[in-house]
Amino acid sequence: MNSARSYPRLSELALGQHALVKAVHSAESLAHRLVALGFRTGKPLHVIRRGKLSGPLQVRLGTTDVILRRSEAAQIEVQLTPASGHGGKPA
Amino acid sequence: MKRVALIGMPNTGKSTLFNRLTGSSARVGNWPGITVDLMTAKILVGAHMAEIVDLPGIYDLHGYSDDESVVRTFLQGTPVDLVLLIVNAVQIERQMALVLQMRALGLPAMLLLNMADEARKLGITIDADKLAAHLAMPVALISAKYGEGQPAALKKIGQQLDIGKAPGTAKLDVLLENAQIERESVAVMAAAVHVPARLPEHLTDKLDRVVLHHWFGLPLFFASMLLLFEAVFWLGTPLQSAMTWIFDQAKTLVVAPAVSMLPQIVQGFVLDGLWSGLSTVAAFVPLIVLFFLFMALVEDSGYLSRAAFLTDALMSRLGLDGRSFVMILMGFGCNVPAIMGTRVMRSRPHRLLSMLVIPLSLCSARLQVFLFLIAAMFSPQRAPWVLFGLYLMSFATAILTALIFKKRYVSNEPFVIELPPYRLPTLMQIWLRGWMEVRHFLHRATKMIIIGVVCVWILTHVPFNATPAGPDTLAGTLGSVLSPLLAPIGIDTKLTVALMFGFIAKEIVIGAFAVIYGMEGASLSAHMATQMDWVQAMSFMLFTLIYTPCVSTIAAIKAESKSAAFTLLSVAWPLALAWGVSFVFYQSARLFLAH
Repeated sequence: MNSARSYPRLSELALGQHALVKAVHSAESLAHRLVALGFRTGKPLHVIRRGKLSGPLQVRLGTTDVILRRSEAAQIEVQLTPASGHGGKPA
Repeated sequence: MKRVALIGMPNTGKSTLFNRLTGSSARVGNWPGITVDLMTAKILVGAHMAEIVDLPGIYDLHGYSDDESVVRTFLQGTPVDLVLLIVNAVQIERQMALVLQMRALGLPAMLLLNMADEARKLGITIDADKLAAHLAMPVALISAKYGEGQPAALKKIGQQLDIGKAPGTAKLDVLLENAQIERESVAVMAAAVHVPARLPEHLTDKLDRVVLHHWFGLPLFFASMLLLFEAVFWLGTPLQSAMTWIFDQAKTLVVAPAVSMLPQIVQGFVLDGLWSGLSTVAAFVPLIVLFFLFMALVEDSGYLSRAAFLTDALMSRLGLDGRSFVMILMGFGCNVPAIMGTRVMRSRPHRLLSMLVIPLSLCSARLQVFLFLIAAMFSPQRAPWVLFGLYLMSFATAILTALIFKKRYVSNEPFVIELPPYRLPTLMQIWLRGWMEVRHFLHRATKMIIIGVVCVWILTHVPFNATPAGPDTLAGTLGSVLSPLLAPIGIDTKLTVALMFGFIAKEIVIGAFAVIYGMEGASLSAHMATQMDWVQAMSFMLFTLIYTPCVSTIAAIKAESKSAAFTLLSVAWPLALAWGVSFVFYQSARLFLAH
């Protein structure tokens, strides 16, 4: 589907940018893990930290912080939201 | 006897709860079809003796990780009277899905909401009664770390066991749709749980700004690892010497007189075979306790996950992750606890690859041999460079091994892990960890280490009329047989026998020189300098650095991998690599020096 590409991927999200999970396009084994860690459609998240040298991302979903590699983050589609009161630290 | 299984996601404090419930009575249990260690303990709950089983942390009952299949195998093959579901109360919203999946299995279950104290601090309110009504299972709020709510929870567990439903195995074909779980989860949450929209800023965020700093994070990591490393060996080395001293004293004062009427050869076997095997095992005990006291601190505080974050960019290129990096670094102190520490990695291929790499770390025992040989063979100006070169070689062979074998040990474990908040572990948590690991080591490794030491004794003493470790013993004969193989790398028969001793523990190589050349101290150094040139010495050191893990390391590898084939590989590969490296060095050095 063409419209699928119109949403950015988690790996492209800027620091502190808030977004909602749109869809997880991972293989089933990884998708299970991602969903269990909170990457469920409609859940708000934001990127807290990006590791050096293309290192992993630290993403906050509600009360859970997750670290994941950029290759895996690239499989998660997100929808940008204006910075709001969801999640952790104040902007 | 009732059977109770603990099930929960990683980082829910499940093992802390297990340790608190069972104290130090836990042991490793065996279960049909399961190859990882599951801790079990028998305790009295109400009127029932119950066997508590600590299952590995899982994210999803239908997931694909090694741990997830272990839990499935266990639930399918072993009837349980009660499943205790442990949920981190702070993350109840996300973890509810696992609770609902478990409930669908139709096993008697009870929900324990752990870290209730943390949830309260964050302003998360949970109505346990409403939750219990919605889930149709008992619910208790606890803090496993501090024991809060434990008596009440135990009482409820006892009541569940009183009901005495027939124990069941899980019917795993009942697979709930994600959408259905989502709907139910939302309904349960709305009825019984309130999470504030804006959470207060945690101390963790402030600390992480320093610990995970873009530029300072990595140097800080190396500095703290160095500190840890220094602490373990600064405290451990005197304790190790004390342990050796105690065993030596016992040998001369108790064991030797006790066997003095036996024939000479039997005395030798008992004192230098069996007893020195026991004392080899004992010398590791202080190191293992200390190492795991500190590891518990690093792990339970949440720093290990941060280390993984910081080093992942480098380690992912080697097919490993940041957690293996910590273990490889620790291997430079002693390989044995580092091998045992790989248990923090949850994927088997990752663990195996790390276990293959760790023995190449230049451990403190090898350092002693090198310091002796370098002092004997090289000028004080050259000595530091030689040692530095050996450390570089250690890193190079580790990286080479990882690169070669990373295709063979591909992990199916995605690098997607939780970053827990910083927590201060309690002293009991730390102490229990050290104690359990030592028991584990003694239980699993003692036999193999003693056998290894006894074998070397036999090699160097049979036939009994020959000079010990001399050319007429089995070892000497083996050395001559191997000479076509070892001569091209500059290692003569006497050095070969020394290498056989090094199999017990690398530091014994120096002692072996003393036996083989029949002299000690300065005269031994002087004599060795006349026996070989620096090229031979360097080749011998390269070979000693790489050739084969000591018997204690091999015993640890065998205990952790539970695979004879892998253990064999972990001996054969370094041996081949050592020969290759020494050959290239020795032959090219000879070639250059000839011209």
